[in-house]
Amino acid sequence: MLAGIPWEIIAIQTVNGIVTGMILALVASGLTLIFGIMDVVNFAHGELFMLGAYIGVIVLATSGSFWIALVVSTLLVALLGAAMQISTLRPLLGRDPLTTILATFGLSLVLQNYALWQFGPVARKIQEPITGHFQLFYLDYPWYRLVIAGLSAAIIAALYLFLKYGRYGVWIRATTQDRVMAQAMGIPVPWVHTMVFAIGAGMAAASGVLFGPLVGVNHAMGLDWVLKAFIVVVVGGMGNLGGSILAAIFISLLEAYASIWVSPAQAIIVSSVVLVLTLLFRPTGLFVPTPK
Amino acid sequence: MTSHATSPAASSAPLVTVEDLHTFYGKSHILHGVSLTVGPGEVVGLLGRNGVGKSTTLKTIMGLVTPSQGKVVFEGKPVTGLPAHTIARMGIAYVPEDRRIFKLLTVMENLRTGLDRAGVTEARKQELLAKLFEYFPRLAERRNQAGGTLSGGEQQMLAIGRAMMLEPKIILLDEPTEGLMPRMVGQIRQIVDVLHREGVAILLVEQNVPLTLEASQRIYFMEKGAVRHHAKSSELTVNDPVIHQYLGV
Repeated sequence: MLAGIPWEIIAIQTVNGIVTGMILALVASGLTLIFGIMDVVNFAHGELFMLGAYIGVIVLATSGSFWIALVVSTLLVALLGAAMQISTLRPLLGRDPLTTILATFGLSLVLQNYALWQFGPVARKIQEPITGHFQLFYLDYPWYRLVIAGLSAAIIAALYLFLKYGRYGVWIRATTQDRVMAQAMGIPVPWVHTMVFAIGAGMAAASGVLFGPLVGVNHAMGLDWVLKAFIVVVVGGMGNLGGSILAAIFISLLEAYASIWVSPAQAIIVSSVVLVLTLLFRPTGLFVPTPK
Repeated sequence: MTSHATSPAASSAPLVTVEDLHTFYGKSHILHGVSLTVGPGEVVGLLGRNGVGKSTTLKTIMGLVTPSQGKVVFEGKPVTGLPAHTIARMGIAYVPEDRRIFKLLTVMENLRTGLDRAGVTEARKQELLAKLFEYFPRLAERRNQAGGTLSGGEQQMLAIGRAMMLEPKIILLDEPTEGLMPRMVGQIRQIVDVLHREGVAILLVEQNVPLTLEASQRIYFMEKGAVRHHAKSSELTVNDPVIHQYLGV
């Protein structure tokens, strides 16, 4: 089947798949981190992605700098995430998981409708900071796409180093493994939860700003991404950071290759098939068992 | 409470006072008015058959379970209802029955959960680690190994060592010798002595009667969710009728 496909197309789709995979990994890392530590399925994650992009639009318009917009948006949405966790999720700690699902679903509706009310239905544009192209076989390929992949990888690497070596990283990992014993060791677990939610929210916002120039910013832009991110989180193993990153790249590559034959909209079916197969045959994750 | 209505504790003010503690798990009434005291630097045993509420007493003192009635006072301050992490930082450490070490964290990372507190200088951290590794050289050898790969005895050492990193004034020690080889039991016994010499109080829940009699200064006996009797350890022997009455051994 591959015999008739020029290898340049396969190479281009590989690059596309990795670029999309890295941004998806960035969205999914926040989601899986929040699930891993708090057992909360955050349905508002896509809206944090969207809000990040909108704040990026505003800060870019006032400051003129994409990079300032990226940093400010990440920090502001992280603060908003902390406020959301303290006001809405902290009181629900230890309750039926369904209550947190409903709470985050409610938050997602509020944020989406707030964005529609404030910014209207017309998509806004974030000007990409790097406009050059390079020759990738017969294509003029934008440098910016590679920058997104590199920055996403850098942010994920920073998260990994923080979790591995930072004082609060050790607290987060200890809390993920045994919330009760972490408390008994003097770790302020409610604040660890807030910190993790803020980090997840900040990562969603950063991916929103980074991806904004490619798709345009509108109130519903989070939906597609969060759906894909949920697939990635399940395929990677719920709460498993490394698994999620591998799953994001794997699924994005599969979709990129599938779109050689079918339209990109139809290629999404591939990820749904992977999701169903994972749930049927390896419910703890496709790549590595979830370390719980 | 029977024979010794007044606590035979030292005359100094108690470090921990537990008064009329009632605790429920759902609808099950587990603790029916537990009262006890532990003096500064004192080793106090808590004996009783399985299921009488010994572990629940420790969990309630630690703040991991909220009592429906009664209070826990630590150094004169009520701690009932405070979150466990606040209680831990005040100076109460907990070593649970099933050890509950962080299995995916290395030995060092397990210790860091207690060491990385505000106000602990790097020099003090090194000092605490050096002292711990002197007592437990096995932990030093395995410092970069994941906690889950340690043997049962090593995990118990790590659980106690991790608690020591908090520099607590009291350690709530729940069945530390359960399932351990005799050689390890001796080592745990030694570490209880070391902690006692250093002025750390211990509330020791144990099934091992000889060890509890040797290691502790006083013993409380629990039955049906309440303290029924207490006595100085020096007044008891392994074959004492009191031991038979409350432990059935």
